[in-house]
Amino acid sequence: MKSENINERSPWQDITEGNQIYEPATSRQFCTGEWRTSTPLFIKEKCKQCLLCAPVCPDSSIPVSEGKRQDFDYDHCKGCGICAKVCPFGAIEMKEGK
Amino acid sequence: MAVRERLSGNEAVAYAIKQINPDVMPAFPITPSTEIPQYVANYIANGEIGTEFIHVESEHSAMSAAIGASAAGARTVTATSSCGMALMWEELYVAASDRLPVVLALVNRALTGPININADHSDSMGARDSGWIQIYAESNQEVYDNFLQAYPIAENAAVRLPVMICQDGFITSHGVENILLVEDEKAKEFVGEYCPEHYLLNEKEPMAVGPYAVSNYYMETKRAQREAMKNAKQVILETAEKFERMTGRKYGFFEEYRMEDAQYAVVVIGSAAGTCKAAVDKIRETTGKKAGLVKIRVFRPFPEEELAAALKGMKAIAVLDRSEMFSATSGPLGAEVRAALYGAKLEAEVVNYFYGLGGRDITVEDFERVYENLEEMAKTHVVKDMYAYIGLREGDRHGNSL
Repeated sequence: MKSENINERSPWQDITEGNQIYEPATSRQFCTGEWRTSTPLFIKEKCKQCLLCAPVCPDSSIPVSEGKRQDFDYDHCKGCGICAKVCPFGAIEMKEGK
Repeated sequence: MAVRERLSGNEAVAYAIKQINPDVMPAFPITPSTEIPQYVANYIANGEIGTEFIHVESEHSAMSAAIGASAAGARTVTATSSCGMALMWEELYVAASDRLPVVLALVNRALTGPININADHSDSMGARDSGWIQIYAESNQEVYDNFLQAYPIAENAAVRLPVMICQDGFITSHGVENILLVEDEKAKEFVGEYCPEHYLLNEKEPMAVGPYAVSNYYMETKRAQREAMKNAKQVILETAEKFERMTGRKYGFFEEYRMEDAQYAVVVIGSAAGTCKAAVDKIRETTGKKAGLVKIRVFRPFPEEELAAALKGMKAIAVLDRSEMFSATSGPLGAEVRAALYGAKLEAEVVNYFYGLGGRDITVEDFERVYENLEEMAKTHVVKDMYAYIGLREGDRHGNSL
């Protein structure tokens, strides 16, 4: 049974034994961004691409492509605000709510 | 031909482990189960088996390591008693809900406090809701036989649940008795190779064990666990039949002793059944009264319907508990047996006594008094000494002891 076939409507007979998951990287399907109560905003004009923010993100929600950080992965960002604290240029601001 | 030996219960279990040669044994010593890992460590040191022994710093770690090893795909065993099992508590539930076929050799000992090292079922009875299969023994022969049957039950695809093989501390674990051992080759063939379908060390199938289950999944997971426990009933009986074909020794959910024409029955677990059998024989020989005994072997899953059928037609029944649960009413066995009888609408008079707590002796004479009470209850339809402690020192002559 693939994880994509198991959802909140699955009867108990279709849940895997012990909830085991037989494929890698299924955490991508779990949108922890729903838990967010405050949201980081990326202010592109202020960003110097120093990349201090990306490695401190506990949820790998700051994607980096070709040496440059991209906008947040809001599906998985829990809004902890560490990136905003670490940014020396004020390029990340936290706002209340999702 | 079976091998004739004289072994203690601990030696018998260690010998079964040697014959099975499991992959991993994480264990921490605690009286009275210490000898089991000790003997196994000897077998390993002598090069007789290839089991990986993990020296852990606590029972919490022992069961954690057992879970890790079992999830990795290893056939895993551990042993403990009393407070050692209490320290495993959290992991007992994890092993069961992760559906890992770990086998635990439990030597029953009273839970502290007050601190006590003797036979009592409070450890395993406390863990009765953890999702483990529980199989109890009266004698060394039975605990050995039960241990050989543990993995075929635990690893069965319809079950995949951990199994506790229980024996009474010191009485069984340290008492030496004659025993018939199965030949090594036959024992190995009976238990078979462990070939799990999914396991963490399978590089071809990345997998996760024990993920978080939110309320949208937890209840379905528990229901599936319940189904596995229900399936275990059939598998336990099939395994027992296969074992009987090999050894001639017959096992079921419980043993019925002189129950064919019995009118008064005692229901009991473990080594006290031997004493009760002597009482049954004595009563039948001296008075002709129809005493019988039902000795529970499998407590989890609980054989509710089968037990009610076995007790049908009794005039009076005494259920004996070797542990308190401080409901201020029944003990654990008393509550479940009475529920089974109520469900089957049996009209026997039923009484629930406590005995043997912390290793207190129970004698043939004690059982004779129990049967006398049953006879009186059947005549008067008044339950006598409900929830009494057998063999208790009683200051007040109107107190509730037997």
